[in-house]
Amino acid sequence: MSVQTAPRPAADAAGPPRPPAPAPRPTAPGARRRTPRALLLDATGWVTMTLASLVLGAPLLWMLLASLKAPDELYRLPLQWLPESLDLANYAQAAGTVPLGQLFANSVGLTIVGAGLKVVLGLCCAYALVFLDVPFRRTVFYVVIAALMIPPQITIIPNYTFVASLGWLNTYQGILVPGLASAFGTFLFRQHFLSLPASVLEAAELDGAGHWRRLWRFVVPMSLPTVAAVGLVSVVTEWNDYLWPFLVVDDARKMTLPVGLTLLQNIDGMTNWGVLLAATVVVTLPILLVFLLLQRRLVAGLTTGAVTG
Amino acid sequence: MAAVLAPPGTGAVTPPRPAPRRTGTTRRRRALGWFALLAGPNVALLVLFVYKPLVESFYLSTMQWNLGSPVARFVGLGNYVEWFTADSTAQVLTTTAVFTVVTVGGALALGLGLALLLDRRLPGRGLARTVAFAPYVLSGYAVGILWLFIFDPRYGLMATVLGWFGATSPQWYTAEPWPLVMIVVVYLWKNLGYVALIYLAGLQGVPQDLRDAAALDGATPARTLRSVVLPLLAPTSFFLLVTMMLASLQSFDVIKAMTQGGPLGSTTTLMYQIYQEGFVNGRAGYASAGATILFVLLLAVTAVQMRHLERKVHYA
Repeated sequence: MSVQTAPRPAADAAGPPRPPAPAPRPTAPGARRRTPRALLLDATGWVTMTLASLVLGAPLLWMLLASLKAPDELYRLPLQWLPESLDLANYAQAAGTVPLGQLFANSVGLTIVGAGLKVVLGLCCAYALVFLDVPFRRTVFYVVIAALMIPPQITIIPNYTFVASLGWLNTYQGILVPGLASAFGTFLFRQHFLSLPASVLEAAELDGAGHWRRLWRFVVPMSLPTVAAVGLVSVVTEWNDYLWPFLVVDDARKMTLPVGLTLLQNIDGMTNWGVLLAATVVVTLPILLVFLLLQRRLVAGLTTGAVTG
Repeated sequence: MAAVLAPPGTGAVTPPRPAPRRTGTTRRRRALGWFALLAGPNVALLVLFVYKPLVESFYLSTMQWNLGSPVARFVGLGNYVEWFTADSTAQVLTTTAVFTVVTVGGALALGLGLALLLDRRLPGRGLARTVAFAPYVLSGYAVGILWLFIFDPRYGLMATVLGWFGATSPQWYTAEPWPLVMIVVVYLWKNLGYVALIYLAGLQGVPQDLRDAAALDGATPARTLRSVVLPLLAPTSFFLLVTMMLASLQSFDVIKAMTQGGPLGSTTTLMYQIYQEGFVNGRAGYASAGATILFVLLLAVTAVQMRHLERKVHYA
């Protein structure tokens, strides 16, 4: 498995290439026959790369291993990497201190519903902006993209008082609704829709397909990679969202996982690292798995908008 | 994540749609109805939860008002005057500036190095890319907790690693400037992979024949990098500079998890101060003034970005 940068020629897109394989990219004249110097350079590069990966990956490995250690192992010097036995006591204690199962369910539910609604709202809005000929659609488009320039942090105080006045503190809708509007998704969908062949939609219209049908039966199936990218990015941001749910919720049964982590950190007056790390694993592992399984799509989504060249 | 947008009126061109065969009023009214139905909910949410609160935030910044209190008093620019004359302001601005400059500069420099390494056809580079990028998708709060443990002066991994080099662990949690250093390290670790990945995409846009030509002319790899690759990567660097700056100025969860802005305010950035004043001290009006100042700062960064993009479009 490998993270690939988004716009890549297909020939180059398969896994980590092995050195004996003929390079698809034309190599510099003279580089075809490896000189000892080039080999040395490659070896140095490889060692550096391996070291960098070890340094970057070590914290995650350390987290996983430490969460499985018994308390006395965690505080034994000198440190050792591997736990003596796989001990799930930290996880049990975390679940006993905060309602970990409930938090997990909250996070999963809010992430799926939130990301799903974001995608639907974005798709509908982008369809209207591209395929419906109304006089002010350009203005509406500017209203949507200008929202991208307003950082959510600026609006938290008025949004907090507004949500409180609705009686939405400590509710799922209080966590969910204020973040639903999808400016970035709408923008990406619109860019993609503009590239769709107009003839297909004209044919659909001639066959009597209404807008709703045209959107879901023709436009969306032709846009699945973009839908997947926007959906995955929304999943990652919803799952990791912290500040807003932290402000809106103080009832442990309504919390999301990252907020529950705060609760756990505050409850343990003297920090119990094993328990805290077990909960940290519960927060990070699901999204890490999503990332490992769907790397290419996710990376394509997270890096869209980058200027390349 | 902030996105680079096509500047209004330049990149975003709507292709001509087929002219409606019948331009009856019913048809037009129908289109309007559908438009309201499809775009309406999204736009309404944006107005309700982005534009309305933005305006309210400006308004609140002129009030002396405590969160939850029924009484608000108009103080004009009083909150701004107080902010600019407060003793803490110099420290907040310094912390924000140091944090932003070091995280952005560090991420760009290290990320470029990593990208150059990952661009070479070396065995295992796919795995290395995965490992480097993984922290970027993780919860900032969880990452903060994890690193807090790693930095534990006695039982943390960092103390052990420093021990290998004969160094003793500084008091990361308490002794200035170590708390700020700690946050910067975590932030760099989290974002390095993203920067490297964007640079990798940029590197693929550097034509191989240009590198070959430079090599034929006898340029050393270092020279090729300086004179050919880096100039061609300038737009990528600029994009990263802006987006990473916006992200750094708004970062919250890592700081909340690790230091809560302390000790003695030494890790309180402008963003953290807004939270602290608004939701811990309950001074919503004063915090809104801070939010407005941050907004102006962010807008300035975005404006620079827009102008640059426009210039690029003109050259093209």
